[in-house]
Amino acid sequence: MTATLEQLFVKVRAENRAALIAYIPAGFPTIEGCKKAIKALVDGGVDAIEIGFPYSDPVMDGPIIQAAAEQSLAQGTGAADVFSALKCATDAGVAAVVMTYWNPIERYGVDEFAQSIADNGGSGVITPDLTIEESERWIAATNRNGISPIYVVAPSTNDSRLGKVTSHCSGFIYAASLMGVTGTRTSISSGASDLVTRIRKVSELPIAVGLGVSNHVQAREVAGYADGVIVGSAFIKCLLEADTEEDGLRAITELAQDLAKGVREGR
Amino acid sequence: MTTSESTILGHFGQYGGRFVPEALIGALEELEAAHISALKDPIFQAELAHLHLTYTGRPSILTEAKRFAEYAGGARILLKREDLNHTGSHKINNVLGQALLTKRMGKKRIIAETGAGQHGVASATAAALMGLECVVYMGEEDTRRQSLNVARMKILGAEVVPVTTGSRTLKDAINEAMRDWVTNVETTHYLLGTVAGPHPFPTMVRDFHKIIGEEAKIQVQELVGRLPDAVLACVGGGSNAIGIFHDFIKDASVRLIGLEAGGDGVETGRHAATITGGTAGVLHGTRSYVLQDKNGQTVESHSISAGLDYPGVGPEHAYLHDIGRAEYRAITDAQAMHAFSLLSKTEGIIPAIETAHALAGAIQVGNELGPDAVLLLNLSGRGDKDVQTAAEYFGIPL
Repeated sequence: MTATLEQLFVKVRAENRAALIAYIPAGFPTIEGCKKAIKALVDGGVDAIEIGFPYSDPVMDGPIIQAAAEQSLAQGTGAADVFSALKCATDAGVAAVVMTYWNPIERYGVDEFAQSIADNGGSGVITPDLTIEESERWIAATNRNGISPIYVVAPSTNDSRLGKVTSHCSGFIYAASLMGVTGTRTSISSGASDLVTRIRKVSELPIAVGLGVSNHVQAREVAGYADGVIVGSAFIKCLLEADTEEDGLRAITELAQDLAKGVREGR
Repeated sequence: MTTSESTILGHFGQYGGRFVPEALIGALEELEAAHISALKDPIFQAELAHLHLTYTGRPSILTEAKRFAEYAGGARILLKREDLNHTGSHKINNVLGQALLTKRMGKKRIIAETGAGQHGVASATAAALMGLECVVYMGEEDTRRQSLNVARMKILGAEVVPVTTGSRTLKDAINEAMRDWVTNVETTHYLLGTVAGPHPFPTMVRDFHKIIGEEAKIQVQELVGRLPDAVLACVGGGSNAIGIFHDFIKDASVRLIGLEAGGDGVETGRHAATITGGTAGVLHGTRSYVLQDKNGQTVESHSISAGLDYPGVGPEHAYLHDIGRAEYRAITDAQAMHAFSLLSKTEGIIPAIETAHALAGAIQVGNELGPDAVLLLNLSGRGDKDVQTAAEYFGIPL
């Protein structure tokens, strides 16, 4: 049975914990390998999955996700593979969204993209380079298709803009923990909890924190103040560094189990 | 109407705008405010004008290319000599303006992308002049093609970072510069070198280059007593073209012709002619024409000219194209190199290979319009940096 983002956040609030959200690019490490990775993440206790649409010019991403995107694109990953990975995640019973830079949506067709997300059981789409000012068509399309437009806010986002951006969000708000690109970090910036505090003043939506979280200790720390903990590069690193696909899949299940404990120990 | 853009968030029709991570919005708003206040500030304007007079070497002169014109249907060909600016191209106009804005915003570090190296050299120059730290991102492939400019930047005290991702050219250098900017935005200004990128860059960079067309309009009228029939410029991102076009947009009788890099020919798919061979899309923070595939992935561009080797183009050009105010043609590598050689041998001026695309366009347009026509061409850069590429192309042993 498919879960939605809304159901997920009701559930984790009832359990007084944060949700664990994993990011994996479609077509990585291979088209089929991605589906195995989704299963391995779900087996490890991940609550929701973000399917990445690999893009040629990922300006928000650090070296790990860049490498994964390049590997995926080299195999010809396209929109159809993104939707089929999304369906694989929702079929596995977790809430799932797509995370994509804007141009692939515009190229596919704004309405058509939103409809395909809904058709494949997706709850929403995270668009890291779509500003509110350019969102009119997208907001209309997500409304029509009953999916959540999810925006990323940053420590540099001022309070008045936070109010404006979050008023257009649904599902959850993606809070970037620091000023920078994706990738694993040794510590979580104090800017993250400050940002979450500021968002709470303007919005009642769940808040998930991403960028830099890679281990149990960091997951526990972030779960102390956020509703969701997003982990991407750390999972991808497991797959990039493993000698065999089996080793990589085992490593991501183990990491997911470890992080799943972390998000339950934060409060 | 003197400008072609709407004032709301830098849109040019359906093009332009801001497609960036939220982390950059504050910096873009700060930059927009600094630009608007500087435009109205007589002290800022006087400082920039003084630099242009005493450092850039403005106004740049107009040279009539009489012997070259014999190969262009006998039309009068007037060259706006941006190649004679300090650092050898039009790029210095924008760089000095943005470097002054950097100081105005209290930032101490600039980052820049560069393709041919001209913008990187100009940025390194301005940083040296104004005591700013400077990091230039350059595709590894371009550091090889333009090794002389890499050395120039280093001599000027800049750090040059070779970019090894993607196609290792200008597009990837911009990606890397944007990643640096997202990370260091509090202390750093991204000194973008062309009329692309998120608002306010397309408008601001144009404002710093429009002096080219303003000077040229007066110079042409003094020389021939009327407006030119056509204004020509090469178009990669499109900064030198918008600089010379802008003051003529309101003069409906003047044709505006942009020459894109046709590489091996647009029909081969190996080209950088974004308007001629691309489709509407979003790249590097702005909506414009883009070379892309059916999934919206950027397609690698190809050109003998590193400065035009870019799969996007400034949004104002996309708009001028769509409303029919400007026309865009593709010039192949072979046509450009023919014009490069011709100007060198007939006028004693070695142009940048980028600029040679505009010269090849002048040969076409001159032959179409005949001897009564007056063509104004932006000679946007000098060819010293291209000597190695040209020697290889023409088989001259080094």
